[in-house]
Amino acid sequence: MATKVPINDPMIDPRTGEYAVIAPGHNFKSVTQKIAGLVLTSNTPLGWFGGLAIAGMVATLVAIALTWLFLKGVGIWGITMPGAWGFAIINFVWWIGIGHAGTLISAILLLFKQTWRNSINRFAEAMTIFAVCCAGIFPVVHVGRPWLAYWLFPYPNTMNLWPQFRSPLAWDVFAVSTYATISIVFWYIGMIPDFGTLRDRATLPLARYFYGLLSLGWRGSTRHWIRYETASLLLAGLSTPLVLSVHTVISFDFAVAALAGWHTTIFPPYFVAGAVYSGFAMVLTLAIPIRKIYHMEDLVTLRHLDNMAKVMLATGSIVAYGYGMEVFMSWYSASHWEFFMMWNRMFGPMWWGYWMLILTNIAIPLTTLWSRKLRVNVGFLFVLSFIVNIGMWFERFVIVVTSLYREYLPSSWGTYKATKWDYMLFIGTWGFFTMLFLLFVRFLPIIPMSEIRMMLPQTKVTRGGPNAETVSEEMS
Amino acid sequence: MPRKEGIYGLIAEFNTPSELVYATEQARAAGYRRMECYTPYPVEEAAEALDFHKNRVPLLCLLGGLMGVTTSFLMETWVSVWAYPLNIAGRPLFSWPAFIIPAYEWTILFAGLSAGFGMIALNGLPQLYHPLFNAPNFRNGATTDKFFLCLEAVDPQFSLDGTRAFLEKFHAVSVVEVDH
Repeated sequence: MATKVPINDPMIDPRTGEYAVIAPGHNFKSVTQKIAGLVLTSNTPLGWFGGLAIAGMVATLVAIALTWLFLKGVGIWGITMPGAWGFAIINFVWWIGIGHAGTLISAILLLFKQTWRNSINRFAEAMTIFAVCCAGIFPVVHVGRPWLAYWLFPYPNTMNLWPQFRSPLAWDVFAVSTYATISIVFWYIGMIPDFGTLRDRATLPLARYFYGLLSLGWRGSTRHWIRYETASLLLAGLSTPLVLSVHTVISFDFAVAALAGWHTTIFPPYFVAGAVYSGFAMVLTLAIPIRKIYHMEDLVTLRHLDNMAKVMLATGSIVAYGYGMEVFMSWYSASHWEFFMMWNRMFGPMWWGYWMLILTNIAIPLTTLWSRKLRVNVGFLFVLSFIVNIGMWFERFVIVVTSLYREYLPSSWGTYKATKWDYMLFIGTWGFFTMLFLLFVRFLPIIPMSEIRMMLPQTKVTRGGPNAETVSEEMS
Repeated sequence: MPRKEGIYGLIAEFNTPSELVYATEQARAAGYRRMECYTPYPVEEAAEALDFHKNRVPLLCLLGGLMGVTTSFLMETWVSVWAYPLNIAGRPLFSWPAFIIPAYEWTILFAGLSAGFGMIALNGLPQLYHPLFNAPNFRNGATTDKFFLCLEAVDPQFSLDGTRAFLEKFHAVSVVEVDH
């Protein structure tokens, strides 16, 4: 596909015609100063305080909604019979799906040696952890008596009570808690060398003390580095099956139930693909403003945006295949219930949910993302990332609500309508997520400095003594 | 622990990884063994030059994983068959296919924690004090853009003047004496 690109654009590698991963002209010192400077600067932009104040105010909605919920119980939500799973489950699956792109970037792309991922890996991982924090709220409060939620963990107790390991609820506990733990460990270990850099560059004693503690005394010893690289690679190798299993287990919450619209074997792969799809959309939502505000266009380049858009195109196509298969199977299975479920989804009282999903998840992204021009159009990608995340929310809405509210017995049919408390809690988690992310951007290194250094041409080692000298002159 | 006195070693600063690797290879050829490179990012060639190949992180990870899978599978079996048997739609008490899912997750959990914390422990971290932090140029460079080779005083080959002269042969930016 011949696309016209400006010949003299310094961002384009003349050999491949691709956008460069790092803009030319950087060296070890410049990348370090640029990234560490964001954290160590004493001039916090005013906009950051404004953003934090707004996000904090929105996050208080979580506190208000939860306080009222604890006082009154889940009756304040829109859930009824038969629609006993409402916003709580939709939002849980939505948030945790968003997190999955972070693990995909940090783990799977590391194993595939996709070094371009190094620039976006840290904040994608941070996104994972904050999304899991938001997701974790929902199932805990949805159990009805959240103060007893710890009963889900296997621990010896005076009641002689143990979890029921044949239930998807217990599987969820294991999957999500493991996912949160491993993500945090992977994220923290990735930051240890950068904390060392921040410790050594900080001028404020408090900052030096704080980053010094977090760095664990990291000093860049080669033996340490080798063990560190092995551990990172092992954690990546473990996170890869983990991230695939987490959304698989979440899809089991549905697929194990004998309900038309849920009881299907396509759910695990189609849930995982959908999770990665929405997660990459969220990475774009976060990366585009960050690279603009903090002038990171030379480290998070158009190459990154283009590649992420391509991943979205691939996973979006898998999701589209999943939707197609659902429709096909509801006809091909010759099951009356399956057929009715699909008809009700498309043309029943909640038809708008299904068509909204098709429009935002399939029609808009999968027609436009084929164009390279649009894939490197920053404004377009920013808008598209929101559209896809709206679509992915509607996917979970359609799966949860339209399968439940008209199930087998027409006499028990109902409807589902979310209340203001549902919306308040959901919108509150956006504020909570944004607040955590703003704190991360201010206090932690948003781009892994040691990994960026590894991508510079200066890392090439030439063997033999006399040559080394000339190399050093070229570099300085 | 009694505080150690005297010299920890001599540390040479280089601008490029190539110079560091060359100096390390030569130091090893000259018989030095107690030495270490310090770099702002992993330099595999430096590890080769140091002849450092044994790395027990994968073993710890494997042991952790095995411990995770056994612990959780045995726990699930014991809970479901003996401690708290429940009849769920007539399924057998020992429903092993269902037990695989939590066992799978705990394999990853234990293996990942063993790899992460095992790496930290094998590296002897956290170690907030290290003699090298006393070198005036170390903290400015080792985590940013400089490459260091430290020949330690415990090496039998080490002599303050001889080793200094040896290191200066490699056109180091500086060769500094580090105290404990």
